[in-house]
Amino acid sequence: MNFVAAIGRLLISFFEAVGRIAMFTGLALFHSLRPPYYPRLIARQMIDIGYYSLPVVGLTAIFTGMVLALQSYSGFARFSAESAVATVVVISITRELGPVLAALMVAGRIGASMAAEIGTMRVTEQIDALTTLSTNPYKYLVMPRLLAGIAMMPVLVLVADIIGVFGGYIIGVNKLGFNPAAYLKSTFEYLEFKDVFSGLVKAAVFGFIITLMGCYHGYHSQRGAQGVGTATINAVVSALILILVFNYMITELFFSR
Amino acid sequence: MSTNLQTPKIKVRGLKKAFGRKVVLDGLDLDVMSGESVVIIGGSGTGKSVLLKCILGIIQPDAGSIEIDGEEVTRMSSRERERVMRKFGMLFQGGALFDSLRVWENVSFGLVQAQGMERVQAKDIAIRKLAAVGLGPEVGELLPAELSGGMQKRVALARAIATEPEIIFFDEPTTGLDPIMSDVINDLIVDCVKQLGATTLSITHDLASARKIAHRIAMIYNGKIIWSGPVQKIDYTGNAYVDQFIHGRAEGPIKVEVGAINDPTPGSRR
Ligand SMILES: Nc1ncnc2c1ncn2[C@@H]1O[C@H](COP(=O)(O)OP(=O)(O)O)[C@@H](O)[C@H]1O
Ligand SMILES: [Mg+2]
Repeated sequence: MNFVAAIGRLLISFFEAVGRIAMFTGLALFHSLRPPYYPRLIARQMIDIGYYSLPVVGLTAIFTGMVLALQSYSGFARFSAESAVATVVVISITRELGPVLAALMVAGRIGASMAAEIGTMRVTEQIDALTTLSTNPYKYLVMPRLLAGIAMMPVLVLVADIIGVFGGYIIGVNKLGFNPAAYLKSTFEYLEFKDVFSGLVKAAVFGFIITLMGCYHGYHSQRGAQGVGTATINAVVSALILILVFNYMITELFFSR
Repeated sequence: MSTNLQTPKIKVRGLKKAFGRKVVLDGLDLDVMSGESVVIIGGSGTGKSVLLKCILGIIQPDAGSIEIDGEEVTRMSSRERERVMRKFGMLFQGGALFDSLRVWENVSFGLVQAQGMERVQAKDIAIRKLAAVGLGPEVGELLPAELSGGMQKRVALARAIATEPEIIFFDEPTTGLDPIMSDVINDLIVDCVKQLGATTLSITHDLASARKIAHRIAMIYNGKIIWSGPVQKIDYTGNAYVDQFIHGRAEGPIKVEVGAINDPTPGSRR
């Protein structure tokens, strides 16, 4: 009996959270339909997400591409399919590893900083001050971040794709003895539009998830420094989990049967 | 302006607000007439800030009515509410300056964001407002974190008056400042209010400050206004609660819950 009740409580609080987040998103959308639109703020967020995340995302991508080439080479050697290395690298990177790893990195960087910034604004009454200065905080704080996340993640992932493939190429040519032209040829030979496109769709969804969790948890931060700390943790952890769940669902959507 | 002199600028009736089981406002009534300067006194954590935030629509009250210029605001749509809120300026307890913006951008925020003024023009006005609170134009280029507490309060004051609002709220404008700086801020408030002809509602537990800026003083206790009267009468109220408060005595009808000392400092809503 107790067990059932516990499950029930868990489910209720789960749906409560989903409802609150949906409401938050709805309010952000609703308030953003009317001008002003704050293009300066959107631009600043885009630079923050897109440009300043480049080093960490690039680094992740190049090492992932390199390790993929090494691993698939030694694995495929067992049934003499070494020639598939280039194809495996490009497909794994564009479909899965590019978007997922970039999103995990950005969730740590951007999700945390958004939650901390907005949470601090909440506890120091800056969000209340916005309201008294006739500025809607959903419009001013939330929407620019959501838009920037949705717009910039695909760009980041595209860059990560290219760098990741390049990482595989370096290892393939310098260490595994592939002919450069042949490696490139087999990289693109079996690559389909859908591989890249599905990865970019994932990236846009992940961008939305990361920024939404950052804004939502920051906005509802409890009072005090501890409240901001908790908000930051919640923003990152919930974004990571949602990224993995949605990654599966989008993959299912694109590639099942 | 055809505002009827009989209509209070702010009229609060039966205002109630509880957080969980903790009742903060319990049927509070308050009138503020046009051009009047009312100061609310009362102990820490008695709901003074919550009252201001209810009037501003930052906190949703549980029950009661709030009228601004005769318009009921508690049931307004967010859009209408925004229109009414343009009449207000607010100086927050902690300043609440935007720490990612420079000082002049803070001061001109309402002009640029809400009224759509050009930044160049808004900067001119910001610099004039800064001068009005005794700060030079070079301060305008700094970030709030680079200022002392007294300067932050002045910048917050400049921001509150920049849009020349009809109604201004001051939440503990002198708390945390030395007595001289407190007096400077009090003078600035009196001057600014006189110049703008604004209606003001202030919170303080600094009696010197209250005597200086108030026409009328109201004391809040247990979620209600228990006494209100002209500032000249504050020393002869014959009210034991008010007497205890203005003389700062630990003994008297007001019982301080010592447990409350461990409560986190009251801040913004959750
Ligand atoms: N958002 C909130 N959530 C829960 N409790 C709150 C909130 N805001 C204020 N309170 C509580 O309401 C009481 C009154 O707070 P406040 O109005 O800030 O006091 P003060 O009179 O010192 O300004 C305090 O006990 C405070 O803890
Ligand atoms: Mg207060």
